[in-house]
Amino acid sequence: MVSLAGEFTKGLWKDIPPFRLVLGLCPTLAVTKSCLNGLGMGMATVFVLVCSNIIVSMLRKVIPKKVRLASYIVIIASFVVIVELLTQAYVYSLYQALGIFIPLIVVNCIILGRAEAFASKNTVVRSALDGLGIGVGFMLSLGFLGAVREILGKGTLFEGSQYMIHVFGQSFEPFTFMVEAPGAFVCLGLLLGIMNVLGD
Amino acid sequence: MEYLVLAITAILIKNILLAEYLGNCPFIGVSKKMDTAIGMGMAVIFTIALSSTITWAIQKYALVPLDIVYLQTVVFILVIAALVQLVEMFLKKAAPPLYKALGIFLPLITTNCAVLGIAVLNIRRGHTFIEMLVFSIASAVGFTIALILIAGLRERFEITHIPRPLQGTAIGLVTAGLMALAFFGFAGVDSALKALQ
Repeated sequence: MVSLAGEFTKGLWKDIPPFRLVLGLCPTLAVTKSCLNGLGMGMATVFVLVCSNIIVSMLRKVIPKKVRLASYIVIIASFVVIVELLTQAYVYSLYQALGIFIPLIVVNCIILGRAEAFASKNTVVRSALDGLGIGVGFMLSLGFLGAVREILGKGTLFEGSQYMIHVFGQSFEPFTFMVEAPGAFVCLGLLLGIMNVLGD
Repeated sequence: MEYLVLAITAILIKNILLAEYLGNCPFIGVSKKMDTAIGMGMAVIFTIALSSTITWAIQKYALVPLDIVYLQTVVFILVIAALVQLVEMFLKKAAPPLYKALGIFLPLITTNCAVLGIAVLNIRRGHTFIEMLVFSIASAVGFTIALILIAGLRERFEITHIPRPLQGTAIGLVTAGLMALAFFGFAGVDSALKALQ
């Protein structure tokens, strides 16, 4: 019997995506050009994950087994549409920065995975906490990866906000490779390796 | 000529996998062996061509006239999921050998973000019918090429010494990064082609 707090905290280290639960790689690689983009994407994912987990868990006795995956996808897609409209209305710059990766939250395997593996078998409170834990874990990972890539690739942190810091001072020659696609793959690969060392 | 530029851009310069970051989950999952990579690639080309055509038509003839464009995401993902099931059933009946070759990859494709991604990109970039067809097929071919190239590299990992923490996904991602770097070499090919015109 895992305690309620345990449902939340397992997403923060034991099962932290995408490092431990290697899912949801596309948004991870695509939006982490800067720390803020990563956090923004993470927040959108947290919202969808928590809401869809709650609804899936509430309906877990109503949805017939045979059409469960299609039903989960409709539930998830509805929340993605809500996120899409909200970001478009209130944080337009984030909406533009994330581009097609907002509609693509629908096919983020973390969300469907949690619906199938957890929310369809557990109570509403547990499912909400599970979604929150995994979601916040994902958000922190994206923020961290974004920070690493932004610091090395541009020499700044929190670019695009009033809190922007020049980490290495103005004369720093940016390591542009890190903010391009190859840097994303290499950086995530190396961080996964580091996580494996820390986890053992 | 402009279709050729569009195709080459989609295959080499803006490779869907290595530059646009779409379809990474199946890529990490099935790029360990050459033959599974080829099977997956073929299944992806087939599904993307079909689903892009259908979603493009739905957008143009149903969502826009009815003024319900905000339902795009919901409609597209349902169409793709239903389509994959349909293709699976059709192949099982009509072409068993093909089904045997592609069968196990088809269910995986529903959650391949490249399929939905390309459908959405076609709409966002305002492609005409022919542009849509060229872009979709070329992107899927680019995906397949990248998948097969990396599968060839990853097969060699079995006889290579890799530090233990990096084994598996980690080294796969680093390899993909180096491959993406190699594909950077194609940047500029499109402007050279345009200059030829």
